[in-house]
Amino acid sequence: MSVSILLVIGTRKGLWLARGNTGSGEWEVTGPQLPTTEVSAVAVDKRSSPRVLIGAESPHFGPSLLTSDDLGSTWREPERAPVAFPGDTGAALRRVWQIAPASESEPGVVYAGTEPSALFRSEDWGENYELVRGLWHHPHREHWFPGGGGQAVHTVLPDPRDNGRVVVGMSTGGVYRTEDGGASWRPANTGISAQFMPDDEYPEFGQCVHKVARNAVAPDRFYLQNHHGVYRSDDGTDTWESIADGLPCDFGFPIAVDPADPDVVYSFPLVAAENRFPPDGRCRVYRSEDAGRTWNGSARGLPAEGFWSAVMRDALCLDDADPAGVYFGSRSGEVYASFDRGESWSRVAAHLPDVLSLRAAVL
Amino acid sequence: MSVDPHEGNRARVTLRLPRMLHANAGGVGSLRVTLTDGGTLGSLLNELARTRPALERKLRDEAGTLRRHVNFYVDGEECRALRGIDTVLRDGGEVRVVPSVAGG
Repeated sequence: MSVSILLVIGTRKGLWLARGNTGSGEWEVTGPQLPTTEVSAVAVDKRSSPRVLIGAESPHFGPSLLTSDDLGSTWREPERAPVAFPGDTGAALRRVWQIAPASESEPGVVYAGTEPSALFRSEDWGENYELVRGLWHHPHREHWFPGGGGQAVHTVLPDPRDNGRVVVGMSTGGVYRTEDGGASWRPANTGISAQFMPDDEYPEFGQCVHKVARNAVAPDRFYLQNHHGVYRSDDGTDTWESIADGLPCDFGFPIAVDPADPDVVYSFPLVAAENRFPPDGRCRVYRSEDAGRTWNGSARGLPAEGFWSAVMRDALCLDDADPAGVYFGSRSGEVYASFDRGESWSRVAAHLPDVLSLRAAVL
Repeated sequence: MSVDPHEGNRARVTLRLPRMLHANAGGVGSLRVTLTDGGTLGSLLNELARTRPALERKLRDEAGTLRRHVNFYVDGEECRALRGIDTVLRDGGEVRVVPSVAGG
């Protein structure tokens, strides 16, 4: 059955939308909107009337968070800054890296992960946010330091079973989790490498985690793309084990899991931190159907050579169709879609600015 | 916009904005702001925070730091060459907001 899809494409120089359906493979691409702003975070919240939320940064006039209640036709920016650090912190928002609506059992709750590394929580569908002070005051905070992209909380994963439990990922810092609604946090990096550290490769915290993913079907299973290393946790982030053996290389930025099947996971490997290109310049998405034990690279419909681009941490995603469509956007401004679980791909858009963030939803 | 301080002399200042900020200022390109005598660029921004928060946060962050790529010309001189946000504004003076011209 064909379903209508909305793709929200955040780039380094503005926002594009693509509307299509799984049957025709044809897309109507519109944009740019918000020209010259970096759109580093996008979310589509379908818990009530659909709301699209984006984190955008003007190089002149700073960061903000905008919402649209008409599927991206018009955007609204609140009079007062929706995400702002309280005066006593002395900090200032540099960028919103992640917007994460909470589960159905918490209507109105939306989380925002930011640079500098902090978590904000909204209880009014993303209109106003408050700093989660438990994480901000964590004694480890003074030891977190910026990765190449900045010091940010880039992943926020609320637990669909328990509103008090949230997992965040940051670079650097690693994985932290709360079980008491954000009052206290503890690191959850056992088994994750920090290979760039000269002395201790497996510290309690300080890892450069690039992305963490889980789905609602198996909320104790997590996948993680690290700054070298790909991991799975089956025990709610208590421990992590490598699942990189079947991949051509263990560096990369995104990782995404099928929303209905916790064994199906997608990766876009790059050669190494010092060589951030797809192996042999071939554009390939790798898929595992057995929770990372084995991987297969899918290339049908993708550039076979000369692809010296990359996919950023929030530019690989799945929609909420059954079966789920898979999408990715590249730093070279291409967007691809697959409606057969990554077996074959078709191009949605090309020649856009660098794609930083991508989300897809069934309309 | 006009402010009537309860006491003290006043300094009336004109704030001129680039086109891309007109929407944040209610659709206008300039604002008349009245400050107490001795008012500074910082107190002008404080006044904007009270009356035009959607504009003020485009000019400085929540910690009070001026946006790096926004210039504030106080009577023709960029404020960073003067006393920054402590630059005193004179009655009848003008502050022009000019975004840096850069990028690719």
